[in-house]
Amino acid sequence: MALGHSSAAWNGQALSRDGGQLAAFDPRLKLMLSIGFALAVVLVESTALKALFAVVGLSLCVIAGIPRAKLLRRIAALEGFMVLMVLLLPFTVPGPTLFSVGGLHASWTGLHQGVDILLTATAVVAGLMALVGSLPANVLGQTLASFGVPERLVALLMLTVRYLDVVGGEYRRMRNSMRARAFVAGTNRHTWRSVGHLVGMGLLRSIDRAERVTDAMRCRGFDGRYPILYPFRWQLHDTVAALASALVLIGVVMWSMP
Amino acid sequence: MVDALISVDDLGYSYCGRQHLFHGVSFALHAGERLAVLGDNGVGKTTLLSLLVGLRKARSGSITAFGTRCESEAEFVAVRKRVGYVFQDPDDQLFCPTVLEDLCFGPINLGMSEAEAVDVSRAMLEQLGIASLADKVSFQLSGGQKRIVTLASVLVMQPDVLLLDEPTNALDAHARERLLSTLLELPQAMIVVSHDKDFVESLATRSCTLQPAGLMAPLRPVVA
Repeated sequence: MALGHSSAAWNGQALSRDGGQLAAFDPRLKLMLSIGFALAVVLVESTALKALFAVVGLSLCVIAGIPRAKLLRRIAALEGFMVLMVLLLPFTVPGPTLFSVGGLHASWTGLHQGVDILLTATAVVAGLMALVGSLPANVLGQTLASFGVPERLVALLMLTVRYLDVVGGEYRRMRNSMRARAFVAGTNRHTWRSVGHLVGMGLLRSIDRAERVTDAMRCRGFDGRYPILYPFRWQLHDTVAALASALVLIGVVMWSMP
Repeated sequence: MVDALISVDDLGYSYCGRQHLFHGVSFALHAGERLAVLGDNGVGKTTLLSLLVGLRKARSGSITAFGTRCESEAEFVAVRKRVGYVFQDPDDQLFCPTVLEDLCFGPINLGMSEAEAVDVSRAMLEQLGIASLADKVSFQLSGGQKRIVTLASVLVMQPDVLLLDEPTNALDAHARERLLSTLLELPQAMIVVSHDKDFVESLATRSCTLQPAGLMAPLRPVVA
């Protein structure tokens, strides 16, 4: 189910991840670079350059040590949406005819736009996966905080990271206890009511737990400030990488401008 | 006798608009004592602990901690800095992504700088023999590790009194032994709520039973 899946995703995301060859770089650099990379991809107009960016993004994923299987699965999920659009756009965008099916004309312009969007999305997502996706979730929170993202939002992210698994576990235990009593989901009132109870109970338990968590925090002197530690150290190679990539990205964008 | 660390007189509590959960609870906790509170499920043992640190408001009676009678939130905030409360479910207590961050939370609230907090936290992990857990993520710990970490997260604030709510819940024999030996080495006075008879007998210097009509001394008033 959805919840189980997302918690599994965070599990993979969060922890024992080393970031491959990119691990040595400061997370702040990675976050800035992923934004710069996405901007450059969107700004260049030529299809060839967008394709090049997509290749660079995917190579970064490999360098970042993202397992091939996971990389392929995520890219496949993205391209699933994209293929649909590449198939439909030629029929909806006017332009020189490419071919006709049963009175419908597919246009070159539409195909061109579709491919452009596909390459842009692939490049941006690959860049994000390699640079931001390789950060453990708590480091991402610390990085956002160091960029001045409001403390409350960061606390929300951190607490979500922390408790997704607990809530997911509670959900799985309740779900299993339903199955242990011979519950099989179907399309009937009993299923709807039972799933309604499951969701409702999940919410109630979450509220209850949130209150206990707050109590425990108050017991240790919580006064509304969520402490965030900054363990990063900006080093020379971060500066070099930042300057080099800024130069390349700006150069490519300027060069591609008419 | 020296003044009690915490003393409670004729304490009573009821959920809003309902019958008394318990009333007439009186006891005093002195330095070096380890008081066990026994009692049936639902009799209000956890509630009693939360009254002591002001998480809930008592309906009747008084609580005196460290010589000050406590009623307002501000008074209880001061109490919480000196009383470490270890919750029943470690997942309620460990709310930071990593163990080290969780340990730093209390000391920072006590006014330490981040660097100092990290130092004392690492020292505490070292002292409890779990230094290797520092960068682990809370939800990946085993039940026994979570329990020791919650204890560490409270001890790092150097409290004078520990409140432990069912500390042996869901621990295996090995983890339970380890927790027991850790607790026996601590100088702090403690109030332990537990169903685990062997554990209480090995740990407590005194025990009593919570009943709706107040605290009863047990059949064997003083254990070792």
